[in-house]
Amino acid sequence: MRSTRLFVDFGSTFTKLVAFDLEAEELLARVQVPSTVGQDITIGLEEAFSLLSETVPIGEAERHQTVACSSAAGGLRIVCVGLVPEYTTEAGRRAALGAGAKVVGSYSFELSETELREIEEIAPDIILLTGGTDGGNRKVIIHNAAMLALCPGVGNVIVAGNKSARDDVDALFAGSGKNVIYTGNVMPEIGVLEVEAANHKIRELFIARITEAKGIGRARGMIADVIMPTPAAVLEAAKLLADGTAREPGIGELLLVDVGGATTDVYSVAKGAPTAGTVRFLGLPEPYAKRTVEGDLGLFHNLGTLKEIAEQEDVPDGFDEVVEAMCRENSVPTGEEQTECHLLLSKVAVRSAVNRHVGTLKTMVTPNGEVVVQRGKDLTAVPWVVGAGGPVSFSADPAQVLEGALFEEELPMLLKPKAPRMLLDEHYILFALGLLAQSEPAKALRLMRKYVAPLPGPERWGSRPSEKPIGIGGRTA
Amino acid sequence: MEDHLGCVITGTIGVDAHVIGTKVISRALREAGFKVVELGAQTPAEEFIMAAQETAADAMMISSLYGMAELDLEGFRDKCTEAGLEDIVLYVGGILGVARRNFAEDEAKFKQMGFDRVYPPETDIRQGIKDLKADLAQKRAERP
Repeated sequence: MRSTRLFVDFGSTFTKLVAFDLEAEELLARVQVPSTVGQDITIGLEEAFSLLSETVPIGEAERHQTVACSSAAGGLRIVCVGLVPEYTTEAGRRAALGAGAKVVGSYSFELSETELREIEEIAPDIILLTGGTDGGNRKVIIHNAAMLALCPGVGNVIVAGNKSARDDVDALFAGSGKNVIYTGNVMPEIGVLEVEAANHKIRELFIARITEAKGIGRARGMIADVIMPTPAAVLEAAKLLADGTAREPGIGELLLVDVGGATTDVYSVAKGAPTAGTVRFLGLPEPYAKRTVEGDLGLFHNLGTLKEIAEQEDVPDGFDEVVEAMCRENSVPTGEEQTECHLLLSKVAVRSAVNRHVGTLKTMVTPNGEVVVQRGKDLTAVPWVVGAGGPVSFSADPAQVLEGALFEEELPMLLKPKAPRMLLDEHYILFALGLLAQSEPAKALRLMRKYVAPLPGPERWGSRPSEKPIGIGGRTA
Repeated sequence: MEDHLGCVITGTIGVDAHVIGTKVISRALREAGFKVVELGAQTPAEEFIMAAQETAADAMMISSLYGMAELDLEGFRDKCTEAGLEDIVLYVGGILGVARRNFAEDEAKFKQMGFDRVYPPETDIRQGIKDLKADLAQKRAERP
């Protein structure tokens, strides 16, 4: 008997719907329709259901069981307010990014009136307020709480700072009408990063309030729930793929690049400790599962930035005109010239985003000779690179695009993977597997092993054994 | 009024094993009437901070003789700030840069890093104690 389970991603451009048969552990179909979050999110959802039902029979029961993630309506927008930029502010940023949020502002030290007005204008979904180790600095977080309590643009505040300041912070927010949630300190002591608790609270708040406020909650009448921001679902998938379940091992440490229309997300599930014994690690400790996002690198909305970066190096003749044509034609490449240009830009996106994600080495001279210092994660020995996102998954040559993630001899200080094998989310279903992982991790892992396909090297390109054909449908705007 | 002039944390930072200098400093400080928390050689930055939090210290005198002080003390003032030690007086001394080339350069660098005073090798500890008394008196005067 077939056991159909459906998963939705409410994106800002498309609503994507994926159907699995959990009994046979098979992907049945994936469809996408233009997003309707601007008017009524349920219209697009209804369209996606009806498009899907052309190939997969679905009933009321399946519809109501559907679980969703969302990056629509601007995603989950968070402003981080901390004390020292490199410490509690950065710790807060990492917690927010790991929860799948978009960090739309970062503030350090005591907030000024000007900054407060800026925050009011940004009107974030959540303020993540940090500052001070436990028992450490109280003054700054108390000052900032007092300021934020008076800020009309602020509705939800998660406090993840010095526990000793909690009572004062609580008193300041009392009667402010703000929804204030307390959780563990993101930096309980110097040199210790604990982002999990804050991460969890952010996701809870997303489900409880943010989705409703954005109109995404309307979908709840039709489906089971919207449980996390889309990047969080992809991070969940990456963690499962790397670590496996209690019974089944994963594939090991990995780097995942998800190129989108507006941003490029990079996820690493890896310790990232120095691979050379003599290297010293400096800076805030790195989270095992880390996400960074480049908000200015996308293949649709931010072609301009990519073009600029690409032009710093070699570009083919007539590059300018081809990019312009692509912009006019909605960036879906047509013809050989545009395909080549699209490949180049996708690779630039991957390369720039991975360059900013990985750690760096720096050599310093001391009386005892040279000392090599590492900041960030050393991913040189990571055995897997995974490609995801439309511009990679549906690219003419995904392997070439993903080459941007590889170690470069000319830039030996950038700790990118040296000899990884490559995988491709060729059906663009990782978000769905991340959602499925919340209830059925074992099945999600097996589906991942089945559908996240090894990518042959460029020399073997074209001889890829084809999968069992599945329905991949779509409608464009 | 407490029965000492102030509490000072002493020690050699990082994985530096030199211990004589910091012992001499600790003894001189005690004799001068300070309460001294002596952490000794090979002390990580975090331990200086935790010891200062526990003892509500007024100052730290950090030694380094192996040339890696800049790495060991990166962000040290910021760490103190996060840890609620924003008013603590920070001194550093020893062989701070590469070889004994240019002390003025080292001094500027460490002051930039947030240290109140920076001392070259072979400084007379009596000078350091004199400076410390003056700096602590000024801090107390500034306090509301």
